Amino acid sequence: MKKLFLIGIKDLKLMFRDRAALTFMLLAPFLLTIGMGFVTGRFSGGATGLSDIPVIIVNLDKQELGNALEDLFSSEDLADLMEPTASSDPEAARQLIDDDQASAAVIIPEGFTQSIIPGEGTMFDPNYIQPEPVKIEVYTNPSRPTSSGVVKAIVDEFVSRVEEGRTSGMTSIVQLMSSGLVSPQDAESEANNLFQNVDETESSAITLKKNTEGAGAVEFDLLAYFAPGMALMFLMYTVSYGGRSILTERSQGTLPRLMISPTHTAQVLGGKVLGIFFMGVAQVGILILASSVFFQVKWGDVLGVVVLILAAVFGAAGWGMLITAFARTPAQVGSTGSAVMLIFGIMGGSFISLEQFPPFMQTISRITPNAWGLDGFTTLALGGTLQNLAEPITALLIMGTVLFGIAVVLFNRNGLVQK
Amino acid sequence: MPNILEVQNLVKNYGDFSAVKGITFDIKEGEIFSLLGPNGAGKTTTISMLSTLYTPTSGDATIGGHSISKDPMAVKQVIGVVPQDLALYEDLTARENLIFWGQMYGLSGKALNSRVDEVLEQIGLTDKAKNRVKTYSGGMKRRVNIGVGLLHKPRLLFMDEPTVGIDPQSRRAILDTVKDLNKQGMTVLYTTHYMEEAEELSNRVGIIDHGELIAIGTQAELTKQVGETDTLILRVGESDDPETLAQSLKGLKGVQHAEVSDHSVAIVTPSAEEILAAVVSKANERGIKIRTMEIREPNLEAVFLNLTGRALRD
Repeated sequence: MKKLFLIGIKDLKLMFRDRAALTFMLLAPFLLTIGMGFVTGRFSGGATGLSDIPVIIVNLDKQELGNALEDLFSSEDLADLMEPTASSDPEAARQLIDDDQASAAVIIPEGFTQSIIPGEGTMFDPNYIQPEPVKIEVYTNPSRPTSSGVVKAIVDEFVSRVEEGRTSGMTSIVQLMSSGLVSPQDAESEANNLFQNVDETESSAITLKKNTEGAGAVEFDLLAYFAPGMALMFLMYTVSYGGRSILTERSQGTLPRLMISPTHTAQVLGGKVLGIFFMGVAQVGILILASSVFFQVKWGDVLGVVVLILAAVFGAAGWGMLITAFARTPAQVGSTGSAVMLIFGIMGGSFISLEQFPPFMQTISRITPNAWGLDGFTTLALGGTLQNLAEPITALLIMGTVLFGIAVVLFNRNGLVQK
Repeated sequence: MPNILEVQNLVKNYGDFSAVKGITFDIKEGEIFSLLGPNGAGKTTTISMLSTLYTPTSGDATIGGHSISKDPMAVKQVIGVVPQDLALYEDLTARENLIFWGQMYGLSGKALNSRVDEVLEQIGLTDKAKNRVKTYSGGMKRRVNIGVGLLHKPRLLFMDEPTVGIDPQSRRAILDTVKDLNKQGMTVLYTTHYMEEAEELSNRVGIIDHGELIAIGTQAELTKQVGETDTLILRVGESDDPETLAQSLKGLKGVQHAEVSDHSVAIVTPSAEEILAAVVSKANERGIKIRTMEIREPNLEAVFLNLTGRALRD
């Protein structure tokens, strides 16, 4: 394990001494991010890139939860960010979105509250069948991906809080009953009390975000999209640079020398992989830090950011190793890596939001670590936490594991050095 | 002295091509053994198998009692390797290189630092230790390359053509280092295609050609094989054709071999003095101008010429 670490640290040291590589890994994405900031007007406005997002609220529920969500969009805290318009016709609302009159329509269907809060006298009725939860529809405008993403994030957060409140409330009542603290007769009234306060719970859920980040928690900074987009795109260069170092070491004789030393092949390969990992983490970490310091980009939950960086680098490093395993020379890795970097950058949404792609392209984009990584960073920038990142992190870890597995099989078949 | 290395019928094939064809030899603890042969003879492939980098097609070798096939990790602890091509991180300093490679051999802490200092002293680079290797001359890089192989004080050091492509001063320094290491008790397997190096350094020499070990022994034993012969080296003018001269000399009485190398003709003969006049006459007949003549006593060059019919540098 120690040798793995030593090889990885050595590779990281070598990366920091390679000026050309550093320019490409750090300066280029940084400058491109600045460029994107200017193009999108991020530097000409205030701290946020978005304001007065036109959103249509169609509240067909007209009960506690539906009203709570409608109130949330009209709340003072979101006054600068949102410009809600009420409507009672879902079709008309959808048409307005299709006509690019607003960023999104939030359609709260009839019975939404009832599908979550059980009616009086039904909780312990053995014949009562709890209806399927009714889903809120967010009809988004593909030409306004970021602002519609903000609307969607607010609704998602609301729904997740409602679900959280419902589950924890039910669990608490059952526990209180089983411990004898609440009698079965009193259970229903206790539960209803809990659910009656759900709308307050929702408000406080959103308020909770304000408490930590102020109104900015639900504001979306365009640079929080472009900065990770660029970082993830150039991460692909870094991992192919790391992979290329395996073949460079082979041709410059240091890899055979490592194999001659009392070091196992697995340690050598593992050390090289760790080196790639260190390089990727260092690159993305530095870019994130730099964008926070120089552009005041709010990346969101720190723990989430750290875990997402690790997962994204792992997924990308898998690609780097796969490219290396197929290539025969360092130059091949370099050219293939650069091509993959650009293709994945475009496919993964580094330049254009994935929401603007046709559905089949969106599906294909899922082979890129860029797409998953951007999903995660956007979620975090919109106020999400590590708990909301299960899907992208799992996908990135699976991607990395599968690709590493294939690369190791290829390396074993071909040998790290000519035998 | 016991054998530190025993090689038995070592073979390495690449498809139909046989790089090493079943060589067998041994090296005694404390000696310098040279594998002498031209480029492509199989020296590096042999070293690569003995250092466990390449897997032999067949045959085996034991180093310090450990089989290279069955117990490669134990073998790696016994040997040090100085590869033919530089194997260094040029963006690291000499000290950083030595520290990294020392760590790969399990050294750490104060022991590592003091050993690195010793090696830097030994290779004469203490003053330049903090400079990046890429700023060094070819000779200095070669010295660091050797230093890496010495860090863990191996019992058996493989040196694969360590003086290729360097200036005479650095070459001299490397040869002196090899002798010093041997005096300190280190056994050395040295490969070269320079006859002079093998003659100067070795207790015993193995002559290898086309993957076969064609002769082995001390220098005296090997030169005895060619008998009391001289080698007469004739250097001809740049515009003259040495091949024409060599062909005309082959039928001459007293000429055993006549081989061309660069603008020279090497003639193996029982007595150089006796054929001298006839050789000059043949050259004059063909209008070839002899610029210099040199008579060499029996040496490894003559042995190689005698055994293969070719000059060592062909």
